[in-house]
Amino acid sequence: MDARRGLEPTPMMNRTTVERKAEREFVVTRTFNGPARIVFEAWTTPELLKRWWAPKSSGMSLLSCEADVRTGGRYRFEIGHGASKPMAFFGRYIEVTPHSRLVWTNEESEAGAVTTVTFEEKAGQTLLVLHELYPSKEALDAAIAGMEGGMECGMDETFGQLDELLIMLGASPGRS
Amino acid sequence: MVQYIQARVDTSFAALSDATRRGVLEQLGRADASITDLAEKFHMTLTGMKKHVGVLEQAGLVTTEKVGRVRTCKLGRRRLEEEAAWIERYHQLWGARFDELDQVVEELKRKEKTDGRKKRA
Repeated sequence: MDARRGLEPTPMMNRTTVERKAEREFVVTRTFNGPARIVFEAWTTPELLKRWWAPKSSGMSLLSCEADVRTGGRYRFEIGHGASKPMAFFGRYIEVTPHSRLVWTNEESEAGAVTTVTFEEKAGQTLLVLHELYPSKEALDAAIAGMEGGMECGMDETFGQLDELLIMLGASPGRS
Repeated sequence: MVQYIQARVDTSFAALSDATRRGVLEQLGRADASITDLAEKFHMTLTGMKKHVGVLEQAGLVTTEKVGRVRTCKLGRRRLEEEAAWIERYHQLWGARFDELDQVVEELKRKEKTDGRKKRA
C-alpha cells in the first residue's frame, strides 16, 4: 500500500497516515509546523476552515460552512463536487477543549461516525490525530461501499472474487 | 490490518461452505431478488433464508436494501479491494486538506509575529 502513484516524497513531518485501527475505527495523523493554539484556531474558525476543508485538488468546493464551535454547538458544511448534487454534512460539537481536543458527531445518518481530533504540541510542532469511530462495523463498511456507489465493473469483480474463493474451497468447476 | 484481512477471509470461507448459500449467490448473479423470492426458490422458511443472507452479507458477498417492506438482495462487491481504494481516497483527501492547512498555519504564524511586534512597539 506504500507504492502510491503520483505522490512526491515528502519530509517525515508532512506525511499524512490513514489506518483502519479496528473494525469500526479509522485514524488519520499528521504533524504541523506550528503551535497547537494556531492549528486549533484553523480548525475552529469558520473563515479559516473554509480555506482548507475542500481543497481545490480534490475537485470539491465548499458551498457553505457554518460552525458554532463550542460544546453543544452545531455545524453544517455543504460540499459540491463537479456536476453532482451538493452534499450536506452536519452535526454537533460535543467537546471543545481549547488547543487540545475537539469532538463532533456526524448526523447525516444514523450510521454517522463520531470524530475526535487531538492536538499535541511538541517543540513548536503539533501532532494531530483524527479518529473516526463508527457506531458499528456495518456502518463503516456501508460508508466504504457508499463512497463508490455506481461503479459499473463491480459485478465482474464479485464474480472474480467468487471464483477465487470457490477454487480455494476446492469446489471443482464441473460441480457448479 | 493483517488480522483483519484474515478475519475477512475466514468469514468468506464460512459463508461459502454451505450449498444453499452458494446457490443464493448463483441466483443473485442472474438477478437481484427479495428474501421472500429466495425463500420460495430454495424451499425454505423466511427466517431460514434471512439467516443465510445475513451470513453472506456479513462476508460482504451480498448487500441488502430495504425498500418499504421488501428487502432486496444483490451481489456485494470485492470488499478488500473496495476498502483499499477507499483508504487511498481518504488518504488523498486528508493529504490535500492538510497541505492547504499548512498554508493557513504558516500565515497565522506570520501574522502572530507581526502582531507581536506591533504590540511591543
